[in-house]
Amino acid sequence: MTTPGPEELERAIAAVSAVPDPEIPFVSIADLGMVRGVRVAPDGVVEVDLSPTYSGCPATPVIAGEVARAVEAAGCGNPRVNLVLSPAWTTDWITPEGRRALACNGIAPPQPCRAREDAVVCPRCGSEATEVISVFGSTPCKSLWRCRSCREPFERFKCL
Amino acid sequence: MTTIQLEETPHLAYLLRLADSALINAHRLSEWCGHAPMLEEDLALTNVALDLLGQARLLYEHAAAVDGNEWREDDLAYRRDAPQFRNLLITELPRGDFAFTIVRQALLSAFFHPFWQRAQGSTDRALAAIAGKAEKEVAYHLRHSGAWLVRLGDGTEESRRRTVDALDALWSYTGELFEVDPVGEAMIEAGIGPDPETIRPVFEQTIDRLVDEAGLARPPGTWMQSGGLRGVHTEHLGHLLAVMQHLQRAYPGAVW
Repeated sequence: MTTPGPEELERAIAAVSAVPDPEIPFVSIADLGMVRGVRVAPDGVVEVDLSPTYSGCPATPVIAGEVARAVEAAGCGNPRVNLVLSPAWTTDWITPEGRRALACNGIAPPQPCRAREDAVVCPRCGSEATEVISVFGSTPCKSLWRCRSCREPFERFKCL
Repeated sequence: MTTIQLEETPHLAYLLRLADSALINAHRLSEWCGHAPMLEEDLALTNVALDLLGQARLLYEHAAAVDGNEWREDDLAYRRDAPQFRNLLITELPRGDFAFTIVRQALLSAFFHPFWQRAQGSTDRALAAIAGKAEKEVAYHLRHSGAWLVRLGDGTEESRRRTVDALDALWSYTGELFEVDPVGEAMIEAGIGPDPETIRPVFEQTIDRLVDEAGLARPPGTWMQSGGLRGVHTEHLGHLLAVMQHLQRAYPGAVW
């Protein structure tokens, strides 16, 4: 295989960026802030740096596999996927587009970590009259909330 | 023979202590799956277990690299016998009632949060990176178990009694958190692990704040249990391992 040129690398970056999170498939891993770098290594292999969200998140190996498939499908060969722990992933890396997608799908996006105590806004009716049901939820990244205005339960992306 | 033998340098022994404590704590929490007093807590306890299991995996992977032999994370978790485990005794005690589980998690989180904060400055860069992730996760565990400790202690007569019993039963296992043996000394010396004495004031402050808010008191100083770090365990660990290791012992190398 020939070393991928700038055009192939562009294709690889686009393919990697578009990989969806298997547990919240309306958000891409790029919008979650998990893709920390895509490059052609000196040995001609495409190298992808991924920042895992939670240490034990079972989606991480699935995502690494999807990334490898995406790069291959883009015609850039079998990549090396590195899990990079440091600096540790934070919800502050979720893009504005990712936050919009979360809110549109009924998941309250995380606030900036420094403003952790701000009101959590109901993703359905926009009310700030919300209360926590449980600080843990259906996946490691979410907690359970309820809106006191529209009475709907909803999920919230935890700040990390 | 499926049991492996390791040459434990202080560095490897230290990493195994952290990995084993996270794994055994995770396993005890996972025993609540389907048994917690309410659905939300079923999710919460298993979520905490998942975080700890993730930390254990990262630590075993690093320990295997430091060991430098052919062993992998699964070999370290599934192919050592009880006397080779280096976990804190407090992690292996049976899960008890909900109050016992909550108090144990609050004590462990109150220690490990400042521990992982400090370990981010470790000269072992892989350990420092793991610490960066673990610190955030344990901060969240502390918020959860701390809130429950207050709610149970300041709750009904029964919840209060069970919380007091749990604190009394668990307190003598907290001495081990601060134990410094030659392995610990070597790690402090090398800048790999933090000196637990620097953690003690933070730990005590956290526990005092929680028990005070719960209307309880910190149990008085007492004789402290010891042994886990050198492989001298309670009778409970062997039973836990029999369940946890069964599949890999019966079918070595089995994969999904």
